[in-house]
Amino acid sequence: MNEPENEEPLLWVRGLCVQHPGAPKTMAVRHVSFTLATGEILGIVGESGSGKTQLMLSLLGLNERGAQVTGSARFRGEELIGMHESRLRALRGERLAMIFQDPMTALNPYLRIGTQLTEVLAAHRRMRGSAARRRAQELLEAVHINEPRHRLQQFPHELSGGMRQRVMIAMALLCEPQVLLADEPTTALDVTVQAQILALLRELRERLGTAIVLVTHDFGVVAETADRVLVMQHGQVIEEAGVQELFDAPREPYTAELLRATRAFELTAEDVLP
Amino acid sequence: MNGGLWQRLRAHRAGMTSLIVLALIVIGAIVVPMISPYDYYTPYWTQIDQPPSLTSGHLLGTDDLGRDLLVRIMWGCRISLLVGILASLVSLAIGVVWGTLAGYLGGWTDSIMMRVVDVLYSLPFIPFVIVLTVLFGRDLVLIFVAIGAVSWLDIARIVRGQTLSLKTREFIQAARVAGLGTSAIVRRHLIPNLLGIVMIYLTLTIPTVILFEAFLSFLGLGAQAPLTSLGVLIADGASQMQSFPVLLIAPAFLLALIVYCLNFLGDALRDVLDPRRGGS
Repeated sequence: MNEPENEEPLLWVRGLCVQHPGAPKTMAVRHVSFTLATGEILGIVGESGSGKTQLMLSLLGLNERGAQVTGSARFRGEELIGMHESRLRALRGERLAMIFQDPMTALNPYLRIGTQLTEVLAAHRRMRGSAARRRAQELLEAVHINEPRHRLQQFPHELSGGMRQRVMIAMALLCEPQVLLADEPTTALDVTVQAQILALLRELRERLGTAIVLVTHDFGVVAETADRVLVMQHGQVIEEAGVQELFDAPREPYTAELLRATRAFELTAEDVLP
Repeated sequence: MNGGLWQRLRAHRAGMTSLIVLALIVIGAIVVPMISPYDYYTPYWTQIDQPPSLTSGHLLGTDDLGRDLLVRIMWGCRISLLVGILASLVSLAIGVVWGTLAGYLGGWTDSIMMRVVDVLYSLPFIPFVIVLTVLFGRDLVLIFVAIGAVSWLDIARIVRGQTLSLKTREFIQAARVAGLGTSAIVRRHLIPNLLGIVMIYLTLTIPTVILFEAFLSFLGLGAQAPLTSLGVLIADGASQMQSFPVLLIAPAFLLALIVYCLNFLGDALRDVLDPRRGGS
């Protein structure tokens, strides 16, 4: 899947650190390094508080005010850390997109689905009116939402959780980004819907060649979806391996422990996942 | 905001009733002085303190200068509504923009903007208005300015507080991740979510402003005789309430009706603007 590339990888992160002003002794993210190739799905696993989300946010320049981000993160050779806000804003949503953990709160309850989708197009592509609506409808079809034309007219509360997460994915993919950062995209969903969303992510990777960073605390999710896995603990990457390797022979005791914790649920996952 | 708004308002019974009553009051305030044979300023010494009667043509009687009470009430209604609505809208516009920007931008900008509000808060209102009248003369427009300049402070504070809590919601972050700029986020994501509280506040502000104006008029700083407002009429009527109660009851009833309808309309708008309520 991942042929070695001659040119620079899609996303190249070296020694990334994030420090919050409130906690000067501990770093949220410590010297994290990884690379991401085009069309690859990279799983990042760790328990909550291990710095996964902070890592994602720092790639988009969205850490909370006053947080210190050091190190280097290059997207197609372009340095993201310390990049000017206006350039970052142009990249966000356009080249680097992100989906969130809880689709219940990630959509504005006061705006119709169609409005929320088309405003992204207006911001990046200056696309408005019927062209934007058509594009939004196309994307809803691509994430397998039935009656897409009707959905555009609906408000978020009229949709189910799984459907809202699909809308979030559609929103993230509107401008065909090269990297999709998925922060616990399935945690808030029940198991069957979870399997559908993961299948959708894999399908989109095949069709559009989008590279996906899949952040989760659930090894089951990673096993089904990722090509490679980073295991994080206390803000550090403690193990990096191909998904098969990791499951067969985890090197770190912490990884083994996390795996054991997941195995308890494995039966249910096997039963449900396609 | 969207096409379904009007339909949903129509389905809201209390809201629709208040809207119709308010519309009738506004139409009355515009039409009655135009078609009535009487005006609001000419005194008739032969007609002083007439009781209401159909035969004389004074449907609500006359006041202590022989002027037709109905026409005067309708003129008072014009002035009060004008002051109430315009001053509230002005204060609302300033307050919402100020509050959202302060809350959303945060940090130093927030501190400076809110200290400005604190300083203005500490200005005593009446001396402020007196200074304004001394500088610019007595003028109704001045009342808009004075009331507007004071009443946006509350709205700014409330809106800022709401913005601070909204800011941490995920959909705001999602909008930033999607690459939207500050102005787009404030316009499209923050302000619609603030509308509920702003509507409630608006319906509370309009009556307050109408009463404010009455108070200023009482001090001789507001509507100048012979021009009148509901507040002035109530104050005048109160002095004769034992001998001619209609002079107090009629304008007081109309003011109460306006305030009541505004409150119901505010409730209705809050329901209708929130898509999750369905507006029934």
